[in-house]
Amino acid sequence: MSSVLYDTPGPRAKRRNILYTIGFLAVLALAGWWVLAALNEKHQLDADKWSPFVTDSQVWTTYLVPGLMETLKAAALSILIALPLGALLGIGRLSDHRWVRVPVGAVVEFFRAIPVLLLMMFASQLYREFTTVSSDFRPLYAVVTGLVLYNASVIAEVVRAGVLSLPRGQGDAAVALGMRKGQSMLYVLLPQAVTVMLPALVSQLVVIVKDTALGGALLGFGELLSQNRQITANYGANTIATLVVIALIYIVLNFVLTTFASRLEKRLRQGKKTAAVTIPAQAGATDAVKKAVSDA
Amino acid sequence: MKLRRTSTAVAAAAVLALTATACGGGSDSGSNGDKINVGIKFDQPGLGLKTPDGKYAGFDVDVARYVAKELGYAEDKINFKQAPSAERENLIKNGDVKFVVASYSINDKRKKEVDFAGPYFLAHQDLLVRADDSSITKVEDLNSKKLCSVTGSTSAQNVKDKLAPKADLQQLGGYSECLTGLENKAVDALTTDDSILAGYASQKEHAGKFKLAGLRMSDEKYGIGVKKGDDELRGKINKALEKMVSDGTWEKLVKEHFGPSGYKYEAAPKVEN
Amino acid sequence: MFDFLDSGQYDLLGAFWVTAKLALYSAIGSLIWGTALVAMRVSPVPLMRAFGTAYVNIVRNTPLTVVIVACLLGLNQTLLITLGGQRSEDIGFRLAVLGLIAYTGTFVCEALRSGINTVPPGQAEAARALGMSFTQVLTLVVLPQAFRAAVTPLANVLIALTKNTTVAAAIGAAEAAFLMKEMIENEADALFAVFAVFAFGFIALTLPTGLILGWAAKRLAVKR
Repeated sequence: MSSVLYDTPGPRAKRRNILYTIGFLAVLALAGWWVLAALNEKHQLDADKWSPFVTDSQVWTTYLVPGLMETLKAAALSILIALPLGALLGIGRLSDHRWVRVPVGAVVEFFRAIPVLLLMMFASQLYREFTTVSSDFRPLYAVVTGLVLYNASVIAEVVRAGVLSLPRGQGDAAVALGMRKGQSMLYVLLPQAVTVMLPALVSQLVVIVKDTALGGALLGFGELLSQNRQITANYGANTIATLVVIALIYIVLNFVLTTFASRLEKRLRQGKKTAAVTIPAQAGATDAVKKAVSDA
Repeated sequence: MKLRRTSTAVAAAAVLALTATACGGGSDSGSNGDKINVGIKFDQPGLGLKTPDGKYAGFDVDVARYVAKELGYAEDKINFKQAPSAERENLIKNGDVKFVVASYSINDKRKKEVDFAGPYFLAHQDLLVRADDSSITKVEDLNSKKLCSVTGSTSAQNVKDKLAPKADLQQLGGYSECLTGLENKAVDALTTDDSILAGYASQKEHAGKFKLAGLRMSDEKYGIGVKKGDDELRGKINKALEKMVSDGTWEKLVKEHFGPSGYKYEAAPKVEN
Repeated sequence: MFDFLDSGQYDLLGAFWVTAKLALYSAIGSLIWGTALVAMRVSPVPLMRAFGTAYVNIVRNTPLTVVIVACLLGLNQTLLITLGGQRSEDIGFRLAVLGLIAYTGTFVCEALRSGINTVPPGQAEAARALGMSFTQVLTLVVLPQAFRAAVTPLANVLIALTKNTTVAAAIGAAEAAFLMKEMIENEADALFAVFAVFAFGFIALTLPTGLILGWAAKRLAVKR
């Protein structure tokens, strides 16, 4: 698309582009140099602040890897609980019965409108006051509860959009074959909708991984980000270095997940072509699904 | 069609792999027979710190070890649990830990929820300043300074309510964040108990950078928190603490953990029964 | 049950006012920054394209909490940038706005990019045939249409931003989540009431935004 916006550069445009490149490079280099120089002046680039992450494998085995495992644990639990719950809510919203559709819709809209952090704080206090969940697991429970409530409602919308995106004929054909509503949903509509939804669901996993960090910063959940406390207490307040390392781990992890998601999307699209099934509404469908998810 | 099935399988496999790792870590709770659970801090050098080799070090940790030994638990029977400030009462009330040794100052509000053995140490709220900064000599000087403390801590509350209401108090998540600011002159002082400050000041990475101002702005008697009404355990711990002082262990431990910083600690407080 | 509202101890309106201000300033800032990013991503200069892509992919994959904490630790505590704030509360607020802009800008950029993709290539080709330069094609023909098509995704970004302002509590900006944390600890017996009040506050902030922008999306949609 981008190439449509400008002509193939001729000699003058090429020269101008080179000029822009040099100018932009200069700005970037200047900003980079200023930051690095300032950090260096503040002794933030000193070797002893960074070397623990390279020379001392114990930083990884004692803090970072266990923290990462907690992050993955919370994320995996959340998606596993949120997925079936979200599917149920999504189907409920499509129900023919008003008394199912309306309350389910209210629940979904309610939990989508509330910041996930507030849900986590509420859950944490709820467990503290009314249950005997040990303090080892309370932050995990709270984080997972918050993430499940929020993401189940997002997934419900994804499922709804996915099912609605299917051509009407699919449902009608199922009815014509004598299937009941449940059967047509289970055997005809959902299996097709799942393929449309999968990439969106994997991207939702990225959102969940990122949101676990909230529990670390504000609820004392022992995930990756919260490890910076213990690391910096041991290695002389090397906060900047620690934060950079932790951020890099998140970025790599999420980059792997997003790459996986886009690969999946490509695969699914190719699969469509080879199967020679052209569903006109499909392009609109993926957009609808994306829309439901883009509010991450 | 086939391609689609493979990618679905890949997705399923990925989710399964994630759950497999997830289930690996969650099975070390519950009853632990002849072991004892003790709450300590994991992120306070000098008092309670989880070191990179996965062990625990600090004055509070050694006091906890001594007390546990007197209660009949060998060192390998102690199971240390993290006791963040906001969680200490809950840990004790829920029975997650037998007792808490975590720079836990005795005060009336906390006494309503838990009982305290001890005190075993007398600390004061103080300031940590840059080594070359001599502009703070009395509490009133703080009103024109930028202070840093940990969100929701009693020291922060103390500054706001009593000591220097006009001071610009920045509340951050942890002491390390404050130290970064102090080192780079974004703030002028870090305030909390002098025992905690001494722990940071005596780390080898901070040698010569910071000093304690030596203002004794409050009295913080550190106690060992036990379940409300458990007088038997409280009595036993008090006996252990008395013995620790009389056999010279207290002096030895204090020297070991606070000695290098030149911190002028108070003599062992008398155990209140 | 709701008597904590009358005690005068908590400045609820003040906290939500801070939330609303955070959301408003960040929304304006991220709209500008997101547009700049998308302009870079479709520009003829390869280096700018590379920078735009790299920035979006890196920042989008970093948790917002990390971005905001990095603003405080890196910019303020280390590089001593105060953004003109005097007291630490001001500085925290301004840094939170900066962090939210840096983060939300990437989502605005992606929303606009999907908007640009809906503009038929013939529009840009016609503009080029008229002899317009890249800047003219982008600002006079493509972006105005892209914005109209992107109203719905942009509304979602804006709602997400309003909710994301709660993360500013991590660096002590005195907004709604910060107050709620304090309140549920002090008013533990009125836990549900406290949660209900804050939930209502956020619904009151996000619901009208969604409705108004949904209406606007329908009005502005380019009929094709």
